[in-house]
Amino acid sequence: MNELVFFINNVIVAGSVTGSIYAIGAVGVTLVFSIMRFAHFAHADMMTFGAFMVLLLTLAFPGAGAFLGLPTAVVMLPLAMVLTAGLAVGIDKVFYKPLRAHGVKPIVMVIASLGVTLMLQGLIRVFAGTSGENLYVDDRKEIFRLALPFESVRAPIVVTEPQIILFVLTIICIVGLHLFLSRSRLGKAMRAMSDNPDLARASGINNNLIVAVTWVIVGGLAAIAGTLLSLDVTFKPDLSFFLLLPIFAAAIVGGVGHPYGAIAGGFLVGFAETLAVFNWGVLLRPFRDSLPEWLANAGNLAFVGSEYKIVVPFFILVAILVWRPTGIFKGKVI
Amino acid sequence: MSTQQTHREDLVASPSRFPLREAVLFTILLAAIVGVYTAMGAAYSTRMLVEASCYAILALGLTIQWGYAGQFNAGVMGFVALGGYCAMAFSMPVNGEFWASPLSGELGMVALMALGGVLVVVGASKLHRLGVPRPLRTGLAVALALLFYLLVSARLGVVTEQIEAQYDYIGGLGLPPWLGWIVGGAVAGLVGYFIGKVCLGLRSDYLAIATLGIAEIIKAVLKNADWLTRGTATVSPLPWPVPGPAEVGFTLARVFYFSITAVMIVAIFLLLSRAYHAPWGRMIRAIRDNEVSAAAMGKDINHRRLEIFVLGCILMGIGGAALGSFNSLFDPQGYLPLNHTFLVLVMVILGGPGNNLGTIFGAFAVYIIWVMSEPLALAVLDLAIAFGEGSFGWETSATLDSRALQARVFVIGLLISLVLRFAPKGLLPEKVKHHG
Amino acid sequence: MPLLEARDVYGGYGGMNILNGVNMTLEADEIGVIVGPNGAGKSTMLKAIFGLLIVTQGEILLRGEPIHNLAPHRLVHQGMGFVPQEHNVFPSLTVKENLQMGAFLKPGNVKRMLKQIYDFFPPLYDKRHQPAGELSGGQRQMVAMGRALMAEPSVLLLDEPTAGLSPLFMNEIFAQVKQVNAAGVGILMVEQNAKQALAIADKGFVLAAGQNRFTDTGAALLADPEVARSFLGG
Repeated sequence: MNELVFFINNVIVAGSVTGSIYAIGAVGVTLVFSIMRFAHFAHADMMTFGAFMVLLLTLAFPGAGAFLGLPTAVVMLPLAMVLTAGLAVGIDKVFYKPLRAHGVKPIVMVIASLGVTLMLQGLIRVFAGTSGENLYVDDRKEIFRLALPFESVRAPIVVTEPQIILFVLTIICIVGLHLFLSRSRLGKAMRAMSDNPDLARASGINNNLIVAVTWVIVGGLAAIAGTLLSLDVTFKPDLSFFLLLPIFAAAIVGGVGHPYGAIAGGFLVGFAETLAVFNWGVLLRPFRDSLPEWLANAGNLAFVGSEYKIVVPFFILVAILVWRPTGIFKGKVI
Repeated sequence: MSTQQTHREDLVASPSRFPLREAVLFTILLAAIVGVYTAMGAAYSTRMLVEASCYAILALGLTIQWGYAGQFNAGVMGFVALGGYCAMAFSMPVNGEFWASPLSGELGMVALMALGGVLVVVGASKLHRLGVPRPLRTGLAVALALLFYLLVSARLGVVTEQIEAQYDYIGGLGLPPWLGWIVGGAVAGLVGYFIGKVCLGLRSDYLAIATLGIAEIIKAVLKNADWLTRGTATVSPLPWPVPGPAEVGFTLARVFYFSITAVMIVAIFLLLSRAYHAPWGRMIRAIRDNEVSAAAMGKDINHRRLEIFVLGCILMGIGGAALGSFNSLFDPQGYLPLNHTFLVLVMVILGGPGNNLGTIFGAFAVYIIWVMSEPLALAVLDLAIAFGEGSFGWETSATLDSRALQARVFVIGLLISLVLRFAPKGLLPEKVKHHG
Repeated sequence: MPLLEARDVYGGYGGMNILNGVNMTLEADEIGVIVGPNGAGKSTMLKAIFGLLIVTQGEILLRGEPIHNLAPHRLVHQGMGFVPQEHNVFPSLTVKENLQMGAFLKPGNVKRMLKQIYDFFPPLYDKRHQPAGELSGGQRQMVAMGRALMAEPSVLLLDEPTAGLSPLFMNEIFAQVKQVNAAGVGILMVEQNAKQALAIADKGFVLAAGQNRFTDTGAALLADPEVARSFLGG
């Protein structure tokens, strides 16, 4: 039974955490894809930027969280979202819009977004360095240990405060996004433009407005995803390319341009990653006596070492591109 | 709109007139090289030239992918690293102790196990021919693949751990470096083939994502497979295909080396020019410019695309191998997206995608600026630190070097953005001939 | 003052002119029909009016105001509606959402206009929660017209509304066009089915090679033997 708890801690909890982060990240990527039709490579660094803003604000007002009984970083998140949204809109104005106006191919936009990601990376790391920083500046990371009511189980299920915050925020994000896209006028217009940009224009929908709204949402979501990632572990400014692959894999698995698919894809990739690095030998331990020797002594039975974690989203990406390039939920853009 | 218009006229007119633009740009480049020689001395400057020439090979690889065919490879670094690894693995002396030990046999056993596993899985995947229902066959094949994978990787883990503990690493093959360069190109081409096979029929964005991913994976493997590469402990000194500095002195040795890379560039340049003007090149450009009509004319688009992508990857592997041998040090951690992907990208888009001469110009010009900008980056860094300390009170001195690098990350990003916006065809644009 | 007027319009794509001096006048409450052979510039003319391509010469006036080369969303604001021939619905949006998008610039109208559109096209009411991509061709055409009508346009541009429809649906669409027109909306449409279209037209414009060949009332054009011989298939 202890092994089962170990499994829950290392796979269920950890997988949901990673999955939530990837899901929110992938929604941002998929929204850009559905409105502007290019793979936005600067998304990971927008996430980092959002988390960095949270870090700066938390450093500036370390005591602010105590008033609300929440970690300061969470209290500062809305402000960081606004800043990141502003950054996203600004980046679009300065770097993407002129190219769009020239009618360049989508792949040129991809290169432009790589230029932007390098600029962001450079700026953030010049100021923040490349080492990790804890977002819990003045607060204490609460850790909840849920002991199971069984005699034989000694190990508790461990959930930390940031993880609970993460789950709550993820649910808020998903519900909020759903309501926005299905109920609000602008949300429907976004879906309309993703369906058929020419007809959206013929309906009087101002494409520039929708593009700006998209960037606001994408920036806000990026700030949330980046902050959640940093809350769970630490703020790491040098994750960029390691985040891009799982996030794009999630968006493509879910069907590009398909926000709900991106959420599902995010959890799929997150769980696949944790399942792949999980040492399955642990689950065999209780049965050690009844197993053949070669299996009982097999040592670490993880599919990939954690240093090769990035292979997992890549494998998923390749598999989906070979097997079903439109993604499991039939995306709009191939 | 208006700037584009003028570019166009330029393009159409250029073939018939004196190549003024080329002459001016290359004169400036020559002047810059002479300037570097007088300021920094011959040994230093020759090293810079050799490195720039290796980068020119990489850039030629990228320019045929991006310029000829419109394929964007965001993982040049991975192919460079593969080339570097092959150069190392072929040229380093044989580790006799390891090969004489029982561990080499065990490693062979693991290889045999892997081979056997592959055969069994492939066999299982053909079971439907014997009447096994397809879903069952697929499930069986996947389950067997997972099982064999787990067993082989567990065994490999044990064996490689012992290799690392007892013999450091498996060593090289003790062969001439140029053989490693050729194999490096072949291996890079093989990886490119698989990536291209998966991605080239789809939106071009997917290729960028996949190449970015494979580059990080190649680096992760080279960094962590210590038994193969010594990982972070690095391997040195790598032998040269020409007499080394110890025998003839720094400058002369580097001049020898440069003569090799220069010959390679000239050969690649001539071959590429021929291919570009041959029917094959016209077909590639027709596909790039108008996929639909090219397909309508019955051209096998995906096959042609795969050819050109693999060709580009081969060049990157060769260039990476030449660069690796020259550095005389194999350090997997030294492969950075900035230095080995984006720097090459800047060379290509600034020089002129699809224009080989422009790409070579771009490679040398950008590399010289890159090397010379180190002092500049430090100055920018000082400013940033002053700002950072003043505004936020950070301790910054500890991570000075890594931050100097980051300032250049920003500059490269800005450069990419500016070139795309203001000189989308590069300084020496591709000469597009309009056929009727 | 005419509702819509085109004076000697030139325009096309990428520097190549397709329109070589087209003239048109449409009074309020009229149905105008553009017919002509393939490549005559019929759809191009409609797109030129709706600001989807650049007019290089001449002018287009809506109630006397010049409108050529205005962005489409501005034209919607000024009371013009456009139904493209293909891809004229948002496939993943429900019928109701499609209609709501038509009134994007006039959110206050949505409730009242929805009711009116459902009255015009009763089948749409039953399907209002279904994605438009799942509808039949005729119903999709209704959604497309309904979407354009949601903004309460004073003039509606229809690009081959009956293309690809069975004769049964075709007659239904023509009937609905007349009904919409009777409600006070000027109609300018491009049609392949020239005879039926001219039969309901107040004005007909026969284009060839980007120029007016014949311009008259619908009835007069139908009666003209030369028009019949060259453009109506005898």
